[in-house]
Amino acid sequence: MRFGIVVFPGSNCDFDCRYVTADVLGEPTSFIWHRETKLPEIDVLIIPGGFSYGDYLRAGAIARFSPIMDAVIDFAEKGNPVVGICNGFQILTEAGLLPGALLQNNSTKFICQWSSLRVESNQTQFTHLYQTDELIDLPIAHMDGNYYLEADAVTELENNNQIVFRYVSKTGETTVSANGSPDGITGLTTDDGRFTIMMPHPERASDAVLGGIDGIRLFKSLQSGWEKS
Amino acid sequence: MSDSHLEAIPYHTLTDEEYQKTKKLLNRAPNATELAIFSAMWSEHCSYKSSKQYLARFPTKGKQVIHGPGENAGVVDIGDDWVAVFKIESHNHPSYIEPFQGAATGVGGILRDIFTMGARPVALLNSLRFGPLDIPKNRYLMEEVVAGIAAYGNCIGVPTLGGEIVFNEIYSKNPLVNVFCLGIAKKDEIVTAAAGGIGNPVIYVGSKTGRDGVHGATMASAELNAETEDRHTVQVGDPFTEKRLVEACLELIHSGTLVGIQDMGAAGLTSSATEMADRGDCGIEIDLAKVPLRDASITPEEIMISESQERMLLVAKKGCEAEVAAIFERWDLDVAEIGVVTDDHIFRVKKGDALVAEIPVKALTAEAPLYDRPVKEPAFQDLLLGLQEEAIAEPKSYSKTLLTILGSPNFASKKWVYQQYDHMIQNNTVIPPGQGAAMVRLKGTNKALAMTTDGNSTYALLHPYFGGAIAVAEAARNLACVGAKPIALTNCLNFGNPERPETMWSLGLSVEGMSDACERLEIPVVSGNVSLYNETLGMGIYPTPVVGMVGLVDSAALIETPLTPGFKAPGEKIVLIGDTREELGGTAYLKIIHAQERGYPPNVDFEKEKSVHAVVIAAAEAGLLRSAQDCAEGGLLVVLAECCLLSPSDVGAKLEIEAPSIRMDGFLFGESQSRIVVSVKTEDLVQLEALIAEKGLSSTVLGETGEASLVLSVKGRARPLLSVSLEAMKDVYENGISSYFEDHTQNT
Repeated sequence: MRFGIVVFPGSNCDFDCRYVTADVLGEPTSFIWHRETKLPEIDVLIIPGGFSYGDYLRAGAIARFSPIMDAVIDFAEKGNPVVGICNGFQILTEAGLLPGALLQNNSTKFICQWSSLRVESNQTQFTHLYQTDELIDLPIAHMDGNYYLEADAVTELENNNQIVFRYVSKTGETTVSANGSPDGITGLTTDDGRFTIMMPHPERASDAVLGGIDGIRLFKSLQSGWEKS
Repeated sequence: MSDSHLEAIPYHTLTDEEYQKTKKLLNRAPNATELAIFSAMWSEHCSYKSSKQYLARFPTKGKQVIHGPGENAGVVDIGDDWVAVFKIESHNHPSYIEPFQGAATGVGGILRDIFTMGARPVALLNSLRFGPLDIPKNRYLMEEVVAGIAAYGNCIGVPTLGGEIVFNEIYSKNPLVNVFCLGIAKKDEIVTAAAGGIGNPVIYVGSKTGRDGVHGATMASAELNAETEDRHTVQVGDPFTEKRLVEACLELIHSGTLVGIQDMGAAGLTSSATEMADRGDCGIEIDLAKVPLRDASITPEEIMISESQERMLLVAKKGCEAEVAAIFERWDLDVAEIGVVTDDHIFRVKKGDALVAEIPVKALTAEAPLYDRPVKEPAFQDLLLGLQEEAIAEPKSYSKTLLTILGSPNFASKKWVYQQYDHMIQNNTVIPPGQGAAMVRLKGTNKALAMTTDGNSTYALLHPYFGGAIAVAEAARNLACVGAKPIALTNCLNFGNPERPETMWSLGLSVEGMSDACERLEIPVVSGNVSLYNETLGMGIYPTPVVGMVGLVDSAALIETPLTPGFKAPGEKIVLIGDTREELGGTAYLKIIHAQERGYPPNVDFEKEKSVHAVVIAAAEAGLLRSAQDCAEGGLLVVLAECCLLSPSDVGAKLEIEAPSIRMDGFLFGESQSRIVVSVKTEDLVQLEALIAEKGLSSTVLGETGEASLVLSVKGRARPLLSVSLEAMKDVYENGISSYFEDHTQNT
């Protein structure tokens, strides 16, 4: 499985993602500079976390105009697996690939901590090695993670089984949200389960020495074949 | 005097005597730009003119030391071709005037000191001092400083792993912001900040030059006054540019086209050019017409002393100009060839064809004034040392006293702060913030680097020698508690006005104490920074020497299962290594419970200190220890409570002690040095005790880990002296800081 990681100026989780795909999983991984207009031969694309263009305007608002974005959209529309993590989530919603927008955390502060999540759907290319309703712990680290979507649209996502991760309490109740996201939504996917965006960082939970390994199955899911059942 | 016209000239801060010296060095009167250059280079901040003679006392040699003080950061060999590069620096004055940007640019500056050496920054720490949080201004300062540190570190993608925060009234008008950065590199990738190669191009890269920070170095070398609103003297940080600068500079260093590189920190273009020429024993000529500017109206003297951030000056090999330019252009950074290395030992500044300044390099560096300032012990010192212990009433309730201390901001959880820092990025954080020393692993090796910052200004106030010595001893002890051997340290000397003899007295003694501790514990000083004039309206800070220390862990087991302070499971033995004497002077207990900062601070016996570290490191490496925590500030009882509070699985402790031969509050809250509290499995106790005995140290089994509470009984007494539930401790500990900030709406 060939992984590609897009690097915008200001991306800073690019090395961490490559560490997991290349060093932990041993898969060929290439960085793709934002000024490129074509993707190399890859099977999976990752839009990593960071502060693209400093995120001085609005997270992801500038990066979506980068030259590489047409190729990213084209790759996604062909049904290839794409995952946007943290700033990747922000960039891809700015690009309109999935609905909604990210507001500043309710606390108005950056939050970096381990968070409990519930896997809402394992019917995706990214989560098929998890169980639906499984509780996992992944780190979050963001200033703008308060996902906003109108209530009707949330219902539609729910009906289509497009919500992938929700923040929950340690015992699994949905009432808890670290950043103010309504209903704790923090990961969603397209209806074919091949394009996923998430605020938590699976790449930071893929090596036992760092305190948890609940993220590695996301990369292993990508590594192994999957068909929507 | 005849030079009264001086007052009309902007950007100069020379004394009359210093001005006369410039005339002698130049054989003529300096022009306005030259005066600005002299003022910046001869400022306390750049020249260390008051402290230099003391700094010479620090032991700086060691067989692992590759670069000591004098470079942008210290470089220490950690084996297998890897080096650790680190430094601590202050950003105190700017952080009081404009706390967000002041703190943010402090982080930016220390990061540049590290990556200019060719190292990739892997961790940040900060050592902060604020006034009490019940004063709104102090809450504002803390909130903004923390947000500034977070904004810069999080954006650039270097984990901030904590450090220390101390609150005391004395810092209300003079908060301290000391920032530490650690980088790693392969040994052969290290570069220095020396110019060289006559005819080589001098190249400017990074942000354009603006008026921000003009006068910064001289501002940082003066007392602040009531009307200090000189916000323009504080620079504005741009971590996005710095992120690109890190990547571009590391690429450049690997390209083999570089001779030397230095960041434009305090005194900007002036100090970077002259210091590079000085180290390379050559001259430099630059043309201001070629400097990238934000605003064409900026004057030559402003260009020379601007402290606009995210700028670097470098000397490349002749013929490599295009290759260098291509690297920076790829990252959308300005790059301009602004000058050339010369052989005449002159720092020459032109603007097009016009000569703007021409000063011998040595006049700005080696010839800078040095002051042997008068020294005097403060008149109040004896008064401070006098503590009438018999007038200190022992607590009626040890439970209540413990809870009061645990809930005080100096001891309460700092989670509200470090939760705002991205402390996980780079995938190396093995011990996160909030656990004593922090630790990052080096991928692909069996090595990890532990780090800590320490300094106790109450001790330094009462006895500057012990204040300095204990900062070193405690930092090393914190490292021992994670099984790390200290490799070297960096320090930041925060003091008041050096023109007061009392300030110089405490500075000299602090340096003496630190130096003795370094020599005896065999830890060289490899970098550092001095921050003087920490005074506002004539009110100075306590002497505040701060140590940043780095230790090496060379054991896969201690990386996979790091040694941390929290108790791990019930039914394990709790052992205090070291002796407890009646040392109540300068303790947190006296300050928090009895509102006194008096008495002799604890003594420190370096040989004993060293043995305690050796025992704990050996036991850690042998896998005997389940937890370890430095037993110092707050005293034994507070440390035991911390071991419960930091337990990952809510483990408490049940202790039974012999009635001590000293006062009970002295035993439980005294701050005797050279002590560490550890826990071990019962079957490993004999082996641990053998290690302790081998070093001639004493130890006491205090009891066992247990249910979620802390219970302490004294043999022969019917009722326990203290019994507190973990829940009650958590309640005060977790809210002690966050409750001051209205918007703390965070869950777990």
